[in-house]
Amino acid sequence: MTTLPPWAERPSRAGGLLKRLILTLITVCVLFPIYLVVLTSFSTQEAVTESGGLVTVPGHLSLAAYEELFVGGVVSRSVMVSLGVTLVGTAISLTVTVLAAYGLSRPGSLMHRPLLFLVLLTFLFGPGMIPSYLLISSLGLIDTYWALILPGAVAAFNLVVMRAFFMNIPAEVTDSARIDGASEFRILMKLVLSMSKGVTAVIGLFYAVGYWNSFFNAVLYLNDNAKWPLQVVLRQYVLQGQSLIVGQSGDTTIAGQSLPPASRSRWPSSSRCSRCCSSTRSSSGTSPRE
Amino acid sequence: MLSDRVRTGPAGDLTSPAGAGTSKDVGKKAARTSRTRQPLRSRLKRDWQLLLMTFPAIALLVVFHYVPLLGNVIAFQDYSPYVGMKDSPWVGLSNFQWLLLDESFWDATLNTLSITTFQLIFYFPVPIMLAVLLDSVVRPRLRLFVQGIVYMPHFFSWVLVVTLFQQMFGGAGVLSQTLRNQGYSGFDLMTNPDTFIALVTAETVWKDAGWGTIIFLAALAAINQNLYEAAAVDGASRWRRLWHITLPGLRPIIVLLLILRLGEALNVGFEQFFLQRDAVGRDAAEVLDTFVYWRTLLTGEWSYGAAAGLVKCLVGLILILVANKVAHRFGEDGIYKRS
Repeated sequence: MTTLPPWAERPSRAGGLLKRLILTLITVCVLFPIYLVVLTSFSTQEAVTESGGLVTVPGHLSLAAYEELFVGGVVSRSVMVSLGVTLVGTAISLTVTVLAAYGLSRPGSLMHRPLLFLVLLTFLFGPGMIPSYLLISSLGLIDTYWALILPGAVAAFNLVVMRAFFMNIPAEVTDSARIDGASEFRILMKLVLSMSKGVTAVIGLFYAVGYWNSFFNAVLYLNDNAKWPLQVVLRQYVLQGQSLIVGQSGDTTIAGQSLPPASRSRWPSSSRCSRCCSSTRSSSGTSPRE
Repeated sequence: MLSDRVRTGPAGDLTSPAGAGTSKDVGKKAARTSRTRQPLRSRLKRDWQLLLMTFPAIALLVVFHYVPLLGNVIAFQDYSPYVGMKDSPWVGLSNFQWLLLDESFWDATLNTLSITTFQLIFYFPVPIMLAVLLDSVVRPRLRLFVQGIVYMPHFFSWVLVVTLFQQMFGGAGVLSQTLRNQGYSGFDLMTNPDTFIALVTAETVWKDAGWGTIIFLAALAAINQNLYEAAAVDGASRWRRLWHITLPGLRPIIVLLLILRLGEALNVGFEQFFLQRDAVGRDAAEVLDTFVYWRTLLTGEWSYGAAAGLVKCLVGLILILVANKVAHRFGEDGIYKRS
């Protein structure tokens, strides 16, 4: 209660208590599931079985689940794929976005308005799934990593945020450099970028998180399961593996049976699947134990 | 030399902060005169570097955003990938006719709309309330700590979020296990179509409500603190200040986000539903996006899927324009100004 302004009345005891309670509740809601899964993944198989699936109190810790997970090779390869796509994609996106944001940061420059309009218009509607797929396939990008990077390489939102930031840099700074004969590239690299490290890092983080989490592009454009990034592998082995088990143990829906034929044919060969299913199951303890 | 490049400031474009009033008009005028005064060649000489810098981004947007828009013509064809777009026969509006007669299309539309409405009621206010709560926390370190925690799930992928929810509420999840240990019967929320709508809303709240507070916190910080002091001196209580100062201060941003949300009404988040459609079943979890996906990429009815996608896109556009009109009626700016 250090910075309470002098005119404000002090909060009542009950009110302060209620606020603290709500804040604690929110924090617990966010952290508890994460804590539980991380802890279970580090626990020994016996501890998982004993606690009935998920470990709530830290007991016997081990790295066995992780060792088992990476033995199969599928997971480690998909991690490499995700890392590669994230690194290359973020580099491309950030470069293109910074350049365009600076290029559009001076109102009154040639073609400024129509180009900006072209960018802003992408906010209002997307191209649609089917035409995008047809384009990617006619460009021959199916089953290449470029299909994960290029379609979303420029996010109009990030571009606009960055541009707004560049426009707030005082004109005197860039003008004086220009009078000294610096080219626009030089001004961008030496002056503008060094003045906007923070926003560049944030936009880079947004792009990186987007690439790392991207899941649907991979489902759509990659048929070859050797090229799958981590998110798709995670879905296959944890979510779909799980729903099949639920079906076998006689629960309500047999989820596996509603899988359409094409996606079933995309399932990895049986030996690899069973190995990975078992390893993920032991690592996260999702198999039902009555 | 300098007068050649009259800096106009953020004049009259969509991203400039509101309330730049008079300086904006001056800037506009300056831009216009400098534009007419200079011949194209000297402007090109001055700006070619800027144009070159903009080129890669524009090229990417045109190729991957605007060219596919043209691909929507297959909605009016009987498209076959073996024949190609050029030689596929034109069928007029018959794809749309079939679509309107298709019961599963209407089911998907109904699901999408009910989920959107549900989320509008139970998700949309959550970031606002959370932001007001966080804003009222006086100790800065505690506030930053809670903020950091609630932002975190935004950076998880949907695959991970759905997995975590499964670990909590699935058939073998914590809740079910605990109930079983206590002698009750377990349950599986992840495969129950009746509670699916609440489940997806809970997932959205868990993942994005914290992140959604950022924009409201920024708006709250922009409210003039003197207003609060004046109101307090005049004897307004905590709640009256919330009602008469805080909420009106947030009104423009709330209206803006509501309009954007309405434009996205038919876009409920593809990945979330794609991931859970198999477990819950089509009746509850089929939304328009998944309808297009399954209809096209797995059965090969390309034109039909494109028609559905086009209808969805057009309805979204109309919704956003209508909502903006309504916002103007109520004296708000919306996403673009009245011209």
